[in-house]
Amino acid sequence: MNAPLRPEVGEPADIANETIKAETRALSFYYGSGALALKGVNLQLAQHKVTALIGPSGCGKSTLLRCFNRMHDLYAGNRYDGELLLYPDGVNVLDPKVDPIEMRMRMAMVFQKPNPFPKSIYENVAYGLRVRGITRSGTIDEAVERSLTDAALWGEVKDRLHEQAYNLSGGQQQRLCIARALAVEPEVLLFDEPTSALDPIATASIEELIAELRNRVTILIVTHNMQQAARVSDYTAFMYLGELVEFGNADEFFTNPKQKRTEDYITGRYG
Amino acid sequence: MAGPGEFTQHFSSQFNNELANLRSRVMAMGSTVEKQLSDAVTALESMNENMARSVIGSDLQVNALEIYLDEESRRILARRQPAAGDLRLIFAVIKAVTDIERIGDQAKSVARMAVKMAESGAPKPVPSLAHLGELVRRMVNQAISAFAGMDVNIALEVERADIDADLEYQSVMRQLTTLMSEDPRSVGWALNLVWAARALERAGDHAKNISEYLIYMVQGKDVRHVSIEDRERQVQSRSRTDDTSTT
Repeated sequence: MNAPLRPEVGEPADIANETIKAETRALSFYYGSGALALKGVNLQLAQHKVTALIGPSGCGKSTLLRCFNRMHDLYAGNRYDGELLLYPDGVNVLDPKVDPIEMRMRMAMVFQKPNPFPKSIYENVAYGLRVRGITRSGTIDEAVERSLTDAALWGEVKDRLHEQAYNLSGGQQQRLCIARALAVEPEVLLFDEPTSALDPIATASIEELIAELRNRVTILIVTHNMQQAARVSDYTAFMYLGELVEFGNADEFFTNPKQKRTEDYITGRYG
Repeated sequence: MAGPGEFTQHFSSQFNNELANLRSRVMAMGSTVEKQLSDAVTALESMNENMARSVIGSDLQVNALEIYLDEESRRILARRQPAAGDLRLIFAVIKAVTDIERIGDQAKSVARMAVKMAESGAPKPVPSLAHLGELVRRMVNQAISAFAGMDVNIALEVERADIDADLEYQSVMRQLTTLMSEDPRSVGWALNLVWAARALERAGDHAKNISEYLIYMVQGKDVRHVSIEDRERQVQSRSRTDDTSTT
């Protein structure tokens, strides 16, 4: 008896077939206190894909995210070990010779709580461009409109660009922060719990935005919300006690994780 | 890999109870249809009309369990948003419930044929469907036990047993065809046996489906529409990986 042919269901996404935008190689990180927060993490970010980092509090996911734009440099005594490479040039972001300000333009961060500057909506978005030394008002106008449009905020603010950013709602402020990050045309967007301070509707609009932005930028997002990771990510990584426990395409990850610790965490079981 | 068979506790004991309840209701539904099936075959073999009618009547109980399990699965999906092993459990239950209900329907078909045979005063059924009935009943029993114990090896046995059941079905059909061509007067009642045998064979297919969902539930592997040899290889290679990963 011949077995019937199995219908093709399409190959699952595989990191091996992706263009890699950034990767960490044996990345360890020590806080000034001497605490080892990351233990030899190897993680690859696929270009124009969303990678989510999940794990319990204190697992190192935010620490890892902050390595990407050298935020840890702001405090003395912090130490990196290993490499963090950004492609296509393959520059090691952690190299002390590399300018962290430049890196923060290439890999922009959006934080947990919306943190607009105490300036107008317009000036918030224009800020990064002015830092870059761009002064031509026509260029800045165009960039502001484009960034606000890309952040799905233009329609709501186009008639009040010179109002204080604080007058916006929480969800709008977060989209403004995304527009501010987009204005400098980053290659990677880093999101640190971007919706934990937002209501479900504002959360949905940010998630929608992430899905659209991935066509142009590579996205790394840290989230406490497992369902959010399942909704927005193409690849998901689970971290625990400073280690990367499991990495895989999100479909597999949330239906059939390979590691018991991952299974226990995402199903809410005691380890 | 951690399958749903490992009963590590949920943070939410209520969620634990909901999943345990779901599984025990599937068992209850499974054992109800298993009894229906064996009673239907006994009723047919012994021309016991009362027993056959009672099988037909017990279908209501199966339908009620089907509705209950569907609602409960839907509720858990909506309220708990299960992931990984829990998600596969719910998915397998939703699929298995349909097949269990169909086994009940097939048992009812056999019982209907038993009623017809008894009413028409036909001779005692020749050839006997007792062996086919027993093969299929055992498959249903094993499929449900595999579900209870999360045992992929029992599930694979069901798959192998389906081959035996198919052979027995073909043999019964050959005998019936010969009988009808040799004695056309037998066609009236022999057709009832054709339908009954067909129903039993289908019930076996449903048991096989249930064992496939079980393999998916435990191993996260979809083994439908592959040959039995490939399936055994896949399942066993997965078991070996599990062994090494847990040591």
